[in-house]
Amino acid sequence: MKKVIMGNHALSYGAQLGRAQVVAAYPITPQTQVVELLSEMCADKSLDAKFIKVESEHSAMAACLGASLAGARTFTATSSHGLALMHELLHWAAIGRLPVVMGNINRAMAPGWSIWSDQNDSLSQRDTGWMQYYCASNQEVLDTTIQAFKVSEALSVPGMIMLDAFTLSHTYEVVDIPEQEKVDAFLPPFRPKLRLSSEDPRAFGGLTSPEHYFELRYKQQKDIEKAPALVAETGKEYEKLFGRRLELIEGYKNEDAELLFITAGTTGYTARVAVDALREEGVKAGNLRFRLFRPFPFAELRRLVGRSGRRVAVVDRNLSSGCNGIFFQEVKSALYGHVDGMPIFGYVSGLGGRDIALEHFREIAADALKRQPPAEEIVWIGVRK
Amino acid sequence: MIEIRFHGRGGQGTVVASKILADAIAKEGNYVQAYPEFGVERRGAPVVAFLRVDNKPIYDKSRIYTPDHVVVVEPTLVEAIDVTDGLKPGGTILINTDKKTTDFPQYKAFRVVTVDATGIAVKNKLGTLAAPIVNTAITGAVVKIFELAKLPSLQDSIRETIGIKTEDNVKAAAEAFEQVVFGKAGGK
Amino acid sequence: MSKKKTLEKIVLATERDFPIMPMSLGTMHHNRTGAWRNIRPVIDKEKCIQCGICWKFCPDVAIYVENEYPVVDYVYCKGCGICAEECPVKCIAMVEEEK
Repeated sequence: MKKVIMGNHALSYGAQLGRAQVVAAYPITPQTQVVELLSEMCADKSLDAKFIKVESEHSAMAACLGASLAGARTFTATSSHGLALMHELLHWAAIGRLPVVMGNINRAMAPGWSIWSDQNDSLSQRDTGWMQYYCASNQEVLDTTIQAFKVSEALSVPGMIMLDAFTLSHTYEVVDIPEQEKVDAFLPPFRPKLRLSSEDPRAFGGLTSPEHYFELRYKQQKDIEKAPALVAETGKEYEKLFGRRLELIEGYKNEDAELLFITAGTTGYTARVAVDALREEGVKAGNLRFRLFRPFPFAELRRLVGRSGRRVAVVDRNLSSGCNGIFFQEVKSALYGHVDGMPIFGYVSGLGGRDIALEHFREIAADALKRQPPAEEIVWIGVRK
Repeated sequence: MIEIRFHGRGGQGTVVASKILADAIAKEGNYVQAYPEFGVERRGAPVVAFLRVDNKPIYDKSRIYTPDHVVVVEPTLVEAIDVTDGLKPGGTILINTDKKTTDFPQYKAFRVVTVDATGIAVKNKLGTLAAPIVNTAITGAVVKIFELAKLPSLQDSIRETIGIKTEDNVKAAAEAFEQVVFGKAGGK
Repeated sequence: MSKKKTLEKIVLATERDFPIMPMSLGTMHHNRTGAWRNIRPVIDKEKCIQCGICWKFCPDVAIYVENEYPVVDYVYCKGCGICAEECPVKCIAMVEEEK
């Protein structure tokens, strides 16, 4: 059924179709509608889930951990400072191997108090061991939520789904909402092998000596490394059932591109429009949009970037203060030793919800085509200097 | 692709109007993107909403800077702000007013279209006399002049969205659809 | 009659022997935390006003209510003394365990 819905509601419908059994969340702008709709669904029984009201995001995640450990499919959503407040428990979910699925609306960190989009909130949680998906459309938000349950539960790794504040969260688009039976065929019920149970009581997360901790982290890493292959595989399975591809990295006119943008989130869709415009103006541009960022899809990035002899412009809507854009650093490190002498430049744009429009891509293209490598400094796009 | 900007005041249902239009347009198989001004809404303050319509998927996620058309839901905004900011030359301005299209000589670079949405809302007892709710009437005029959707699709969307005085709202949209007055380019 | 159960020693030689989660390998039925205790709470029923505060405060859920009076479950009570501290009429004494 096609319906015009906002990005936030795409998360709610995804959790509903995924048959989440426990929802514990605390409202925060611009995430509020996700939880509003889920609470309505729980109230009118269109979602058979326990809705747990909590007093903070820290408690929300704590409730999710308990529920997930008890064997329930668990969903929550937050944004920005809410995500930051969860930080400690994000580690707990990941190392505790609890496949909680969470939507995070990408919103800038304060101060100045901002409700607008950038990716610093989720990228500050990059190293917690959560999978990170970055979405570019409401349809992708819904599809990714369903897929995230499947991948997370298969690997016992939690998953975080990112939407740009307002640009996606509050934007209405046409979304094809799949039928419940088809989603059920794709996503079986959650049946964890290990769980909290009164019949066989175990202690979880207790004191773990140096003799044992290291191996647990090794196993965690080995499992999360399986995620790119599983995302690709379940993405193909999803396409067969629903006709929509779910890729690790979406390539657009990248094969013959002389200038390759690398983007994530909604910026990656505007980049497609920029690629078309630039090609009309005689610049052979292309775009790669990260859909999965954690675990990092090394092999897929190398495959898509391919040959040397092209220029790469990484557009970051985030900033690691004192260093550079985060996608820029990671893309460079992933290509090191694999593609010889490729000029890679980093562009920081759109912090705090500043728009990233066609003209900005033109500015990036003009710079990237003439800049001399190696370039370590940040190229700022759209800042009033 | 058609890009439209809506000007209203907080509480008038301007954002809801853009959502109803998006629904109606999608019903007929077209692609649509509707979004409010990003930020905090306050009752009475000027608000802006945007609509993109195309017959193929819409990838542009940047703001609309140069709309093809502008819809002025709240007539007092004509004096308060420059509603033509970025409007493409020859673009249309649809104004909710009981004045004539020729009463807006300041918009001579554009085509002015008028509809008395406030009058229609009052007649159908939508909202109160002091604060009539004009958004559904406006949608009727919008689909007509920009040929975005057929009236029955719009009326279905209104029925799905508006829970109070539903049929009065449906009627208001139909009346606006009939009564919208086209001016000529050049403010004549 | 001693019912002391000897648990098989679990050897974790390589990571393959580990569960994926940081968790106890045996069932917690055998984990009788009362053995950690140095001092034990003893409730004077004569003085007890049946307020339920000790039952509420016990962090190990080792106090239950029987015939409307609190009773300590010494299998799990670790002897922390919170019940004695919180008791408003001081009817709980902490007594040295005899070794």
